[in-house]
Amino acid sequence: MANDLVRPEQFFLNRFGMNESGLERILGSALERKADYADLFFEYRSAEGLALEESMVNHTSKSVSHGVGVRVCAEDRTGYAYSDEVTFDRMRIAAEAARAIADSRAEPHAAVQVGGAVTRHQLYELESTPLDVPIEERAKLLRQIDELARAYDPRVRNVMASFAAERKIVMIVNSEGRVAADVQPLCRLNVTVIAEDEKGRQVGSFGGGGRVEWSYFLDQDRWKHYTREAARQAIVNLDAVDAPAGEMIVVLGNGWPGILLHEAIGHGLEGDFNRKGVSAFSGRIGQSVASPLCTVIDDGTIANRRGSLNVDDEGTPTSRTVLIEKGILRGYLQDRLNARLMKTAPTGNGRRESFAHVPMPRMTNTFMLPGESTPEEIIGSVKKGLYAVSFGGGQVDITNGKFVFSASEAYLIEDGKATRPVKGATLIGNGPDVLTRVSMVGNDLALDSGIGTCGKDGQSVPVGVGLPTIRIDGITVGGTRA
Amino acid sequence: MAQVDAALAEWVLGVARRNGATAAEVLCVSAESLAAGVRLGEVEKLKSSRERRLGIRVFVGQSSANASTAELERDGLEDFVAHTVGLARLTAADPSAGLPDATLHPKGFPELELADNDQGIVDADTALAIASRAERAALSADPRIKNSEGAEFDSGRYHVMFANSQGFAGEYEGTSFHIGVAPIAQSDSGAMQQGYWYTANRHFAKLENAEAVGAMAAKRALRRLGSRKIKTTRVPIVFDPDMAAGLLRALAGAASGPSLYKGASFLVDKLGERIASPLVTIRDDGIMVGAMGSKPFDGEGLATNRKSLVEQGVLKTYLLDSYSARKLKLQPTGNAARSVGDAPTVSATNLYLEPGSHSPQEIIATVKQGLYVTELIGFGVNGVTGDYSRGAGGMWIENGELTFPVQEVTIAGNLKEMFQSIEMIGNDLLWRSSVVSPTLKIAEMMIAGA
Repeated sequence: MANDLVRPEQFFLNRFGMNESGLERILGSALERKADYADLFFEYRSAEGLALEESMVNHTSKSVSHGVGVRVCAEDRTGYAYSDEVTFDRMRIAAEAARAIADSRAEPHAAVQVGGAVTRHQLYELESTPLDVPIEERAKLLRQIDELARAYDPRVRNVMASFAAERKIVMIVNSEGRVAADVQPLCRLNVTVIAEDEKGRQVGSFGGGGRVEWSYFLDQDRWKHYTREAARQAIVNLDAVDAPAGEMIVVLGNGWPGILLHEAIGHGLEGDFNRKGVSAFSGRIGQSVASPLCTVIDDGTIANRRGSLNVDDEGTPTSRTVLIEKGILRGYLQDRLNARLMKTAPTGNGRRESFAHVPMPRMTNTFMLPGESTPEEIIGSVKKGLYAVSFGGGQVDITNGKFVFSASEAYLIEDGKATRPVKGATLIGNGPDVLTRVSMVGNDLALDSGIGTCGKDGQSVPVGVGLPTIRIDGITVGGTRA
Repeated sequence: MAQVDAALAEWVLGVARRNGATAAEVLCVSAESLAAGVRLGEVEKLKSSRERRLGIRVFVGQSSANASTAELERDGLEDFVAHTVGLARLTAADPSAGLPDATLHPKGFPELELADNDQGIVDADTALAIASRAERAALSADPRIKNSEGAEFDSGRYHVMFANSQGFAGEYEGTSFHIGVAPIAQSDSGAMQQGYWYTANRHFAKLENAEAVGAMAAKRALRRLGSRKIKTTRVPIVFDPDMAAGLLRALAGAASGPSLYKGASFLVDKLGERIASPLVTIRDDGIMVGAMGSKPFDGEGLATNRKSLVEQGVLKTYLLDSYSARKLKLQPTGNAARSVGDAPTVSATNLYLEPGSHSPQEIIATVKQGLYVTELIGFGVNGVTGDYSRGAGGMWIENGELTFPVQEVTIAGNLKEMFQSIEMIGNDLLWRSSVVSPTLKIAEMMIAGA
């Protein structure tokens, strides 16, 4: 096993009795009709979860899943079939189902020769994963979190903490004969605190993780930071007043508020929507879509990040893609299919949730480069507005460009100072327009702590975001107070 | 390949017992599906699948663990079960943990017609033809329909088998069929709007006509053209049925046992109290024949049933599995939901708000100025506090008539007050999914816009 993990290309061959000539025959069968491309995606995933509530680690779970997907592409058509039985028999049936997408006119294809291994990045070569740490040790940390949160403030009523870890082994073999394989560890620690006083009940949440070892949570007392942040947010919100309603100046804090870029910009720049011309950003490469202060990057190659991958789920090494450079729209995020149809190169953004899903262009880690202002200068420049530092989820309508993201911790800005906390409110704006209103960019770029999950077309994948503190001159805040 | 049958379940429970488990459950779900997609009249995708997973929950006294696997060969399963029992031994003993009271398991099951016996998985050619018809109807509806995100037809079949160590065993089969269409309308200025519409049913013959679905999707895209932002204002809000159903989902979440015993719900200690306008009656019915949310028994083997969640504004029951029921010192309500490898959670079955007597037009006609909401985006619903703030789109109402389309605004309030201020309920309840509502009018909410 250990050796297989160093050379994941061997894992599936050994585990499921596969061999290269068999894979060549399956790919040959997939290409029997008039098809451009075929690939096989193998996945083996082990996951464990622990959860604490009411001071007990009373929930443990474990899962093992595996399967193989066969994809056939013919022009802009995709046939896909998968099975959770990794056998040549099932793969042959899947190949027959997937190739039904292609015209039945048979064309002679050169025989597939499985050979060249793709050189992958080495972004998360861990000595051990949290799955190797005894359950007792993981459970103990959850109990320590519970104690720390309850000691934070007498108004803390309940604490929920969970730790989830997985290890995914993937292998992609395509009709060009290329083989890419990877071992992908991922974990996340989460803390939720309920606080209560005579006025009511509030919730606070914080967490983090990535493609990291267990020691990551102990280093720099990260677990304590997560715990105190969750408790602090719940306590702060006990005093929150109604949020204002209407268009106003909004300052976004650094880090996780980068979800703005993910919703407002990132999705609209995914290759599939742009090839089809259904995005509000379609056909706008080279145009100004943001203030010159804004440069936005998607980078799947940052070590140990939740959104990073050595190779994407089509076997393409991930890369750093400039989406917006000093306000000008530069690039889209591509998978193989859309890159081929748009006559450009894949950017390593072809991702899928599992073997049961077809790859699509997806983000990795999406962030804005820092500017020159200090956060104090930015807040100090606002006479009246909102300072939002933490967010829940967001969503976008790709076609009309309207996006939302919901603040879970925010403050009024009055005369250049962040003052009273306000209740959660949804912010709504227009993707192609919101960054044109950015008038200050901070020097304090931070990436989020490793909690993001992005949903598209029913598929969830882990992602990261990042942002320096920024000032937006006008976005609609969905509060209740006129 | 291993057979999934009662003998396998019995064998797994036996292995758990031999390894020291004092109680256990086994759940096996097998599913197959075919999805076909077309775009702009051309075949775009075909996807077929076959999956089977087995999940167990084992108890050692009051300690438990959950696990799932795709490996169903007995050699591998033996180790898997033993390892899960080991995991349970490492888990804290929880005084509320355990299987349901054995006397509560039903002796027989209702016949719910969850599966279409006349139609299995639809073949690729038929599926593509149906999707094409739906998309063609949308594309030909109006010259302003200029693009499309395509149309899809899906068909699926699944089998669920559940058994526990106190003698409960049951299984059922279900089918589902779905047509969805997403055309894009474009105005002269180049602004684009998507419209989406769908039909879904357990029985193929009961799907709405593909052309009608396409035409409705086109209508929805077209009516959004020319959408504009409005000024920030406080006005009455009319929710269309699909958007109103979202309010019911939020209420059911807050009324579910796990949210309540954690103190993470705005409905804590509200049982028996008036939480909504007296016009509001909300029922949960898990035994409605042929309905999407029906099942013969719940995720712990307890009988599903028909009950009122809210009766004339009064909260009559919570939704509980046996764990949350023990925590709250109440009885389970047959609302345990289960996914393979997880502990039970809670969900509504078929949840609906009893229709009123007004047509949607009559409701809109009572509004001097307000918003008819047909789109909502984002996750701005806080189940702990009830605070509600979501991105909205729809039609502006002026003197009782729908006028121009609205977008890029939010609507905000608090669910506690929103349910209390439901003023009118439509007569337009349609069973399009497992959570449905008629049109609802809420007295006033804050709209944030320009």
